[in-house]
Amino acid sequence: MGQASTEIVRISGHAGTVPGAGLNREFQVCKLVDTTTCIGCKACEVACLEWNGLTFSETTFDNSYQTMPETQWNYWNLIKFNEHETKDGTLQLLMRKDQCMHCEDPGCLVACPAEAAIVQYANGIVDFQQANCIGCGYCVSGCPFNIPKFSPTARKVFKCTLCNDRVSVGLEPACIKACPTGCLHFGTKPEMKVLAETRAEQLRTVSGFADAGVYDPPGVGGTHVIYVLHDAKNPELYGGLPKDPHIPWTVQLWKSPLKWLGNFAIIGGLVGVFVHYLRFGPKTVPPDEEKSAEQEALAEGSTPQPGAKP
Amino acid sequence: MSISQILASGRVLRYTFHERLVHWLAAVPYIYCMLTGLAFWSPWLFWLAVVFGGTTISRELHPWVGLIFVVATWAMYEMWGRQMHETELDKQFWRAVPHYIRNEDELVPSADRFNAGQKLLFWGFFWCGILLLLSGLILWFTELVPWNLRYLRYFAVIVHPSAALLTIGLFIIHVYMGTAMERGAFGSVIRGDVSVGWARKYHRVWYEHVLRDAAARK
Repeated sequence: MGQASTEIVRISGHAGTVPGAGLNREFQVCKLVDTTTCIGCKACEVACLEWNGLTFSETTFDNSYQTMPETQWNYWNLIKFNEHETKDGTLQLLMRKDQCMHCEDPGCLVACPAEAAIVQYANGIVDFQQANCIGCGYCVSGCPFNIPKFSPTARKVFKCTLCNDRVSVGLEPACIKACPTGCLHFGTKPEMKVLAETRAEQLRTVSGFADAGVYDPPGVGGTHVIYVLHDAKNPELYGGLPKDPHIPWTVQLWKSPLKWLGNFAIIGGLVGVFVHYLRFGPKTVPPDEEKSAEQEALAEGSTPQPGAKP
Repeated sequence: MSISQILASGRVLRYTFHERLVHWLAAVPYIYCMLTGLAFWSPWLFWLAVVFGGTTISRELHPWVGLIFVVATWAMYEMWGRQMHETELDKQFWRAVPHYIRNEDELVPSADRFNAGQKLLFWGFFWCGILLLLSGLILWFTELVPWNLRYLRYFAVIVHPSAALLTIGLFIIHVYMGTAMERGAFGSVIRGDVSVGWARKYHRVWYEHVLRDAAARK
């Protein structure tokens, strides 16, 4: 990315302007995951590990095909499996590739206090810059999808980059490249939305999935990873995909009203004590009052004579 | 028996060495945590984290130094907790606070060892300290909080800065009063002593107790 810095539209923990707002003719990219044609082969998981050169970690067997319970700091792409019994008693093996959703309004970036540890590019990719990360874990609290993961080794947080390095030179993300069924697609957001809606329509009219639909949650401003689901009314079935994700309300409260209230109170307090000093000045004990107190103490006989040992 | 006494110099011992040590053991870590915390609070103040040794170092040390503050605050509770209960005198003091603010001290009822404002400061720091500890532990080990207990994180991200802001308000008033406003008070927490005039003016009930105690020792 020769001009990478001019493509940055949002910066975490940043005061002032950003370099790339309204400057570039960038396409908004989007990854489309069609869960209805996923066969759970995990080629995307392996491609992610390979392209990003991630260290290996132990897998967990939990009476399912799933590699591990959730994504890890060095495992950014995980297919979530769910054996779901429908109302008519048939068994569905639901499989959803879980990764960073690259929200248009990213909770991680909003919560992050470290300058430029998280940036959002004009093409929609939300990327962690570990060199600037202080490892505080606020992004973990800000994310409604349980994606940022803390590395105890690096003491920094990691997640899917949407293969920013590949996308910036015109390649598709590694997971897309590896998918054998074509359930993964990559392109511009409008193109992917059309493709997803077309597929959902096909599922509803041809395949008998009346509730089929597209998952592009508006609560986080839409995402740059969207899903086609057989049952869009119950996204939780797909490995706990939240129905209506938002940036947690306490994070929003902390970052907006509380911040203004707090800044106002701190500055008001400092100005207040300064003005008090200008108006009323210090409390002092005048010399005559001091003298009378000393004499009183002497009269009471409780003050030792000068030179006496304590 | 009172722990305070009239010194050979003719001044009054207000805070023992132990009390002063505990005060600063709480104060210095608190100031460090406040400044590094403000760095994480606002991008405008992020440079504070750089000044204290680097952004990552500030984040790593903040919770450890916070623990020292918590331990010192607990020691302070052990030391002063029983002297901090509200009395009838405190209620009178609060009613006279407008006079106190305008330095019309002759209209303010004199206080025992700690006046009502000092007690508010103490309990404010005590309860905020507990909130800061609980929310701080969650923020410290955020990644260990399971996803289905994530509400603990949401609780912590709002409670930690809120409690910290309350203490900052108390801190500003405390430092202003202890240094600029009430002359003679700062020395009491450094070398421990105050003049008899100071003791009689601001803490007459306590001072009279000290005088009786000193007379009884003769």
